[in-house]
Amino acid sequence: MSTLSISVGPQHPGSGHFRIMVKLDGDRIVEALPDPGYVHRGEEKLAEYRNYIQNIPHFERPIVHDSSNILFAYVSAVEDLMKLEVPERGQYIRVVMAELNRIIAHLYYMAIYGIFVGHSTMFMWPMGDRELFIDVAQMISGQRVTFAFLLPGGVRNDMPEGVKERAEKACDYFEKRLVEYEKIFINNPLFERRTRGMGVLTKQDAIRLGVVGPTLRASGVKADLRKDEPYAVYDKLDFDIPVSQDGDSWARAWVHMEEMRQSMAIIRQALKDMPSGPVKLNLRGQIRAPSGETFARTEASRGALSFYLVSNGGMMPYRVRLITPSFRNMIAIPHILKGLLLADLPPAFWGLDYWPVEADR
Amino acid sequence: MSEIRTFPDFVKRLVIVVGGLVILLVVLFGVLVNTVPVVSEFNDVLLASLSNPGVMLAYLDSLGVGLNSTIFRIVVFPGFTWAALIAAEVIWFERKFLAKMQLRVGPLYAGVIAGILQPIADMIKLLFKELTAPARADKLVFYSIPLLLNAIGAALLAVLPVSEAWIIMRSDVSMLVVFAVIGFAPITVLLAGWASNSKFPFIGALRGLHQMIAFEIPMLIAALSVVLLAGTLDLVNIVQAQSSIWFIVLMPMGAIVFFCCLLAELERIPFDLPEAESEIVMGYQTEYSSMAFGNLQLGVYIRFYAMAGIFTTLFLGGWHGPMILPAGFEIANQVEWFTLKTLLVMVFMIVLRGVNPRFRMDQLLRFGWARLLVLAFVNLFLAILILQMGWFP
Repeated sequence: MSTLSISVGPQHPGSGHFRIMVKLDGDRIVEALPDPGYVHRGEEKLAEYRNYIQNIPHFERPIVHDSSNILFAYVSAVEDLMKLEVPERGQYIRVVMAELNRIIAHLYYMAIYGIFVGHSTMFMWPMGDRELFIDVAQMISGQRVTFAFLLPGGVRNDMPEGVKERAEKACDYFEKRLVEYEKIFINNPLFERRTRGMGVLTKQDAIRLGVVGPTLRASGVKADLRKDEPYAVYDKLDFDIPVSQDGDSWARAWVHMEEMRQSMAIIRQALKDMPSGPVKLNLRGQIRAPSGETFARTEASRGALSFYLVSNGGMMPYRVRLITPSFRNMIAIPHILKGLLLADLPPAFWGLDYWPVEADR
Repeated sequence: MSEIRTFPDFVKRLVIVVGGLVILLVVLFGVLVNTVPVVSEFNDVLLASLSNPGVMLAYLDSLGVGLNSTIFRIVVFPGFTWAALIAAEVIWFERKFLAKMQLRVGPLYAGVIAGILQPIADMIKLLFKELTAPARADKLVFYSIPLLLNAIGAALLAVLPVSEAWIIMRSDVSMLVVFAVIGFAPITVLLAGWASNSKFPFIGALRGLHQMIAFEIPMLIAALSVVLLAGTLDLVNIVQAQSSIWFIVLMPMGAIVFFCCLLAELERIPFDLPEAESEIVMGYQTEYSSMAFGNLQLGVYIRFYAMAGIFTTLFLGGWHGPMILPAGFEIANQVEWFTLKTLLVMVFMIVLRGVNPRFRMDQLLRFGWARLLVLAFVNLFLAILILQMGWFP
């Protein structure tokens, strides 16, 4: 049997900053090995030469469109070391920013999913609707993509007037749009035909391979750190965790869709319940964390994201270990691609929520 | 001349260049008019036709390139120029229309109205790009493919009955000509992939070959039912047979089968597998650059127009339609109805592009062989039934 080996990426419209080495028998994939590392920047080592405040914009870089969620884990770790208690209003604002970011990242996911199955309208619509939530986040933080808004001890500033109305308007509009997304994309017979039963990851396999986030939940495991180990004020908010039993590519798209609905519910509640008061602690001078080590994790838009932080009492962290969800999900790529057709490669691996920059760190 | 540094410098240079050209042309033309007899005659006709356009037409007729000559029909109307113009504006319309569907604005700046000159601007851009070919490509085949694809599209125009009077080649078997020409497309696509000597184009070409062969047969059978009802292979007679009722009303299933096959033959979404860009970059077009790519695209869109025209001819009653122009313009009315219907078919194909993802190869082949072929045969038997029962006048 002779096979044709091709490299999908790193200069291929259907890859990212990484390469999948594919061996084809006819049109069928015999073997697919991901080759990451094209955008490895040594984030962990670089963090050892920056102080705790300089590390805030630094740690946004692995995943710019989900910046609040990755910072959430980082500032939680620093606060844990310094034994800080964040004011309640600050925690609520953090949750709002995190959920806004989750919607922004999920919309990005939907858009790329659309173009990977050849659906150009589904590429343009989410990219356009992202602007709504980016605008809200801009009102709150002043930035459009990398907000650098979460600080150890709270958030950078209080929300201006009118955020609540603006956010609710965006949510109202977007809930209507989601119905249209379902009609044109998720429930499109052609899309279902393409993705139903494709790239199936069974519950056992998902647990064995250690995938996280929406990929895990699409395989029927109800695991979400916001419920399992509630951080900030997630235990005071009422929301569901969408879980699908199918484990295929379609289920992954559906889970993302439903999570956006839940995120909007969280934003509405958080904006309603938000108490008044200070949004941050007044920390004066250089931040120095006492020596020790800590571990903090949050549910980022792509799954559980962990920070392991060691301090020797200096101005800079002694050692940082960052475990990103994309890296965990990448392990499933050869598993689900084997036996698929070449045409299924882009939607199948994108369904896993793999973001090369985040995985390479 | 000095360097251009400021805007006034630029204007000065512009005036010098343009003015110089005008003076040069006037001098040359003056010399030509006074020395070469044909040009001086043409000059007289040009002046006379300002008051009476008929003079110009009669003069062109006397040269053998008038409105009634074959060369005019091949080159201008309803031949290549007309099709290329429609193709260019369909590209513009497609971009604008898709942009509206996708909450964008689309082409905006080129041309006064809504970027209507964008295709022309794109063509000029392509002309100025570097023409490259892979080092190990078969250069002769590689560079002849865009022209070949253009020729295949344009050959269909020869038998397309735009109206009773405007047809390039009237033939008793023009339907066979159509299918003979369509049969060339898979070979061209395969050659394009093979000559590029590159992996993704080759995969795209193989996909194109599979797809076109799978959909040609149901297409042929759907067209056969039309031939049965009309009792002729001549496209003009087929249109005349639809003067009372269109075949789409008698055989909606056949029309749907034919339309799906058309989409597949034209490689349009949801059947754009041979150029699926997220999977195989750009399919067999990957290695083409500059105007070779432009010609390839032009060929694709001329084929788009020609195939939509054939659908109009077979199922939508061709040029038939109520008289909306004043009496005396019967032929113009026919041309206008044919063009309108063809454009409508094209718009429908563009809408499908906006709302659908693409098929996968195995699903596509199953759809072609197991669904459309069966439906085409069922439709053929229905056509025979209609004929036997005498339901079709």
